[in-house]
Amino acid sequence: MSGIDEIVGEFLIESYENLDRYDADLLALEQDPTDAETLSSVFRTIHTIKGTSGFFGFDQLEKLAHVGENLLGRLREGELPLTEEIASALLDTGDTLRRMLGVIEETGEEGDLDVSELAARLTRLYEGEGSAADAVAADEPAEVADEPVAADAPAADEPAPEDQQAYDAQGNPIGRIGDLLSERGKASPEDIAAALAAQESGDARRLGEILVNKGAADPEDVEAYVEEQARSSGRSVSDSSIRVDVGLLDELMNLVGELVLARNQIVQLVNDEQDSRYAGASQRLNLITTELQEGVMKTRMQPIGNVWNKLPRVVRDLSLAVGKRVDLEMVGQDTELDKTIIEAIKDPLTHLVRNAVDHGIELPEVREAAGKPAVGQMTLRAYHEGGQVNIELSDDGKGIDANAVRDKAIKQGVITAEQAAQMVERELLTLIFSAGVSTAQQVTNVSGRGVGMDVVRTNIERIGGSIDIATEIGQGTTIKVKIPLTLAIVPALIVSTSGDRYAIPQLSLIELVRLEGEQARSGIERVHGSPVYRLRGRLLPIVDLSRELERRGDHDEEREVVNIVVLHADGQQFGLIVDDIHDTEEIVVKPLGSHLKDAALFAGATIMGDGRVALILDVMGIAERARVVSETRERADSTEQFAASDITVTERKTLLLVEVGDDRRAAIDLTEVERLEEFDISAIEWGSGREVVQYRDAILPLMRLADALGVGGGYLEEGSMDVVVHTIDGHSVGLVVGKILDIVEQEIRIDHLDDRPEVLGSVVVQGRVTDVLDTHALVGAGGQDSFGSYAGV
Amino acid sequence: MSTDTNVAVETQFCTFHLTNLMFGIEVERVQEVIRAQPMTGVPLANPVVEGLINLRGQIVTALDLRRRLELPARPEELEPTNIVVRTSVGQLSLLVDRIGDVVDVDQATFEGPPETLEGVARELITGAYKLDGSLLLVLDTEAAVRLPGVV
Repeated sequence: MSGIDEIVGEFLIESYENLDRYDADLLALEQDPTDAETLSSVFRTIHTIKGTSGFFGFDQLEKLAHVGENLLGRLREGELPLTEEIASALLDTGDTLRRMLGVIEETGEEGDLDVSELAARLTRLYEGEGSAADAVAADEPAEVADEPVAADAPAADEPAPEDQQAYDAQGNPIGRIGDLLSERGKASPEDIAAALAAQESGDARRLGEILVNKGAADPEDVEAYVEEQARSSGRSVSDSSIRVDVGLLDELMNLVGELVLARNQIVQLVNDEQDSRYAGASQRLNLITTELQEGVMKTRMQPIGNVWNKLPRVVRDLSLAVGKRVDLEMVGQDTELDKTIIEAIKDPLTHLVRNAVDHGIELPEVREAAGKPAVGQMTLRAYHEGGQVNIELSDDGKGIDANAVRDKAIKQGVITAEQAAQMVERELLTLIFSAGVSTAQQVTNVSGRGVGMDVVRTNIERIGGSIDIATEIGQGTTIKVKIPLTLAIVPALIVSTSGDRYAIPQLSLIELVRLEGEQARSGIERVHGSPVYRLRGRLLPIVDLSRELERRGDHDEEREVVNIVVLHADGQQFGLIVDDIHDTEEIVVKPLGSHLKDAALFAGATIMGDGRVALILDVMGIAERARVVSETRERADSTEQFAASDITVTERKTLLLVEVGDDRRAAIDLTEVERLEEFDISAIEWGSGREVVQYRDAILPLMRLADALGVGGGYLEEGSMDVVVHTIDGHSVGLVVGKILDIVEQEIRIDHLDDRPEVLGSVVVQGRVTDVLDTHALVGAGGQDSFGSYAGV
Repeated sequence: MSTDTNVAVETQFCTFHLTNLMFGIEVERVQEVIRAQPMTGVPLANPVVEGLINLRGQIVTALDLRRRLELPARPEELEPTNIVVRTSVGQLSLLVDRIGDVVDVDQATFEGPPETLEGVARELITGAYKLDGSLLLVLDTEAAVRLPGVV
């Protein structure tokens, strides 16, 4: 905005605002072309821009606004119906005006945008079916303009008629109130004239007030009319609000952040004091600070409608372009969010909406064939819930085929076929947020390139939000986005480990688990070397915070009490072991300096009540570092699976799932498992004609499970192998398996009908038939004698 | 490198000590000097980053100058002093053993880095002033706060 004066700046701001309303009004008009008030509003917007730009000498701007106004004039007079073509042309006019205003904002000059084509189009529409006599060339439209004022007249001389009487210089609704009162005989014209004269000679009171004080009018009438007038003009809001620079609000927010910290310190100090006078004062300080914080946060709040108001236009243009018909309904536009967050979700939301139109909603004929209304229905809904804002976008389109997503993801190498086989539908769906996965049959200029959804998720997670998807084929899709209200001050759980305190944003927190005594020692199990905890039958990957931070050696087995903070990141849950769990506190997020920018484990820092600095953990970063995010995908759904496979019950067992040979699965009763180990293949030696490895200062004979079961499968030349150590009568045997998959708890029926002695029976685990092995028989079949020769192992 | 070329002009230096060496930073760079502060370590950070301190509500990164200059580690009983400096990457605290006086230097006594300095220390020193009985080593602050591997 350099180089242009304030007046032009104000003109730009006002014009932008008016043009936003202009779009919304035009779309509303398309729905209801008879709405005269909306049409007037559209007309007024263009008219004002025309007048003001003429005043500033922006000729091109004025010229375009003028032809637009002419066309609108005929619409207003009812001489032309609002067709789709006209609406499109008028919307384009709005866009072009915006572009031209943008050029003015940047350069201070009008620039040389060519508007002649659009002007000609508007003129053609203006001429419409009208007689040739009405037709006037675009370069001299002033002669037929409805407005009696010449196009180049300065704006000051040419206020819109609607505004003429509405307000005097002080914004007082003088004329109108007077008119209303006298028209309806509630006050005499003489009294009104006298009151107006009093105002002119310096009486600062409002007209109604003067009249009421003089007894010339009934206060109730005046109040009713003021209200009526406020309703009809729609301008009352601007009377009671002012523009404030966002920078100032940001500064205020920072100061309030400092105050919150100082408050926290005072409260802590006072708690140590016994003097009740301090306690009272600090309590008041506490309350006032909280209210001030809320108040300042509110000043930065904006209704989400500010982002949404662009969306009907996006939907309209896009659905026309792809030949679809879509009705967008918006619920909860008033839901408020911090300005920074509003800005951050703008692009992701637009992208989601475009996606829904482009591949959610079907073509009208397809919809009708499926027995659905030709017009697709999309609903955008926002609401507050538990200190967060939920935004839901639902459509009644064709839904997302999880299998198509899977095939595409496999083809793109995002996941392997084996991984896919273990994923349930909900997990498959989340793959659409991976880079490179798009299920669009055709790549259009809108979507289908497979970029975008991953960016959407990244952007939403960057501001501490999450995104979830639910779909039903043929019925539609709902995408749910959860985002925090604000970023500057967040509630956080304070934990400590290795003597340092850390803050964990509450948004990532699910629950706290405390293990004591025997549980503390044995509650954490190991699967495939990774620690897990069984939380209500579900395997929760465990991450030790102090180990991730490399703050201490590995001695978690000695803990008397284990505190687990259950967190979620990227749709997955994991447990974080910490030494102590303290309180929750409102913390002020402060950025880390440039020396720590690449510290992925920390989202920032904050100052605690005692004045010391504490780091804020980046839950996503920790999950990534500990690799729980990718690994757990395969396991996430074990619980649901075994609940579903409802076999006639005889026994409930905990089973270790392993992969054997070429993609076969087997299960071993966990009570038969001594340990799970991983050996390097090069560690295999030969002893007494068998493969053995050195293990815990002894020799461990190995048995290839694939060979024992006769299922075949290649031997790896190098790398590592997973071994299940089974001990019987003091002798250990290492069962070499293809892969250790999971631990599940399951009701099984052991039938012994299987003719293979080493198989106890078969069960369905995670949707796959799995043999439960009889380890005793197995080891016996492998030659108990030869294992026995290692007596003393 | 933003080695200050105007060191030869009449300059005041804030002096400080590390091991048995005396260093100086241009006075106008120094915002304040504060005694040892409670320090919050940052796991997995560059070892030169000693931690974070709370400077009246601002969180400031503290760098250990001994480690930066690859000098022997500071004995535990020696509490470091914070010199808060303004740099192109914002406020930073430099941890030193002991703060000295502010001295006026005679530009005629300026020389290049002494031959006895080696390695990193030599790269981070723009030169030395010969004072009575001691050498004042001029620290290149901008270079010193630019850590290897950190952009």
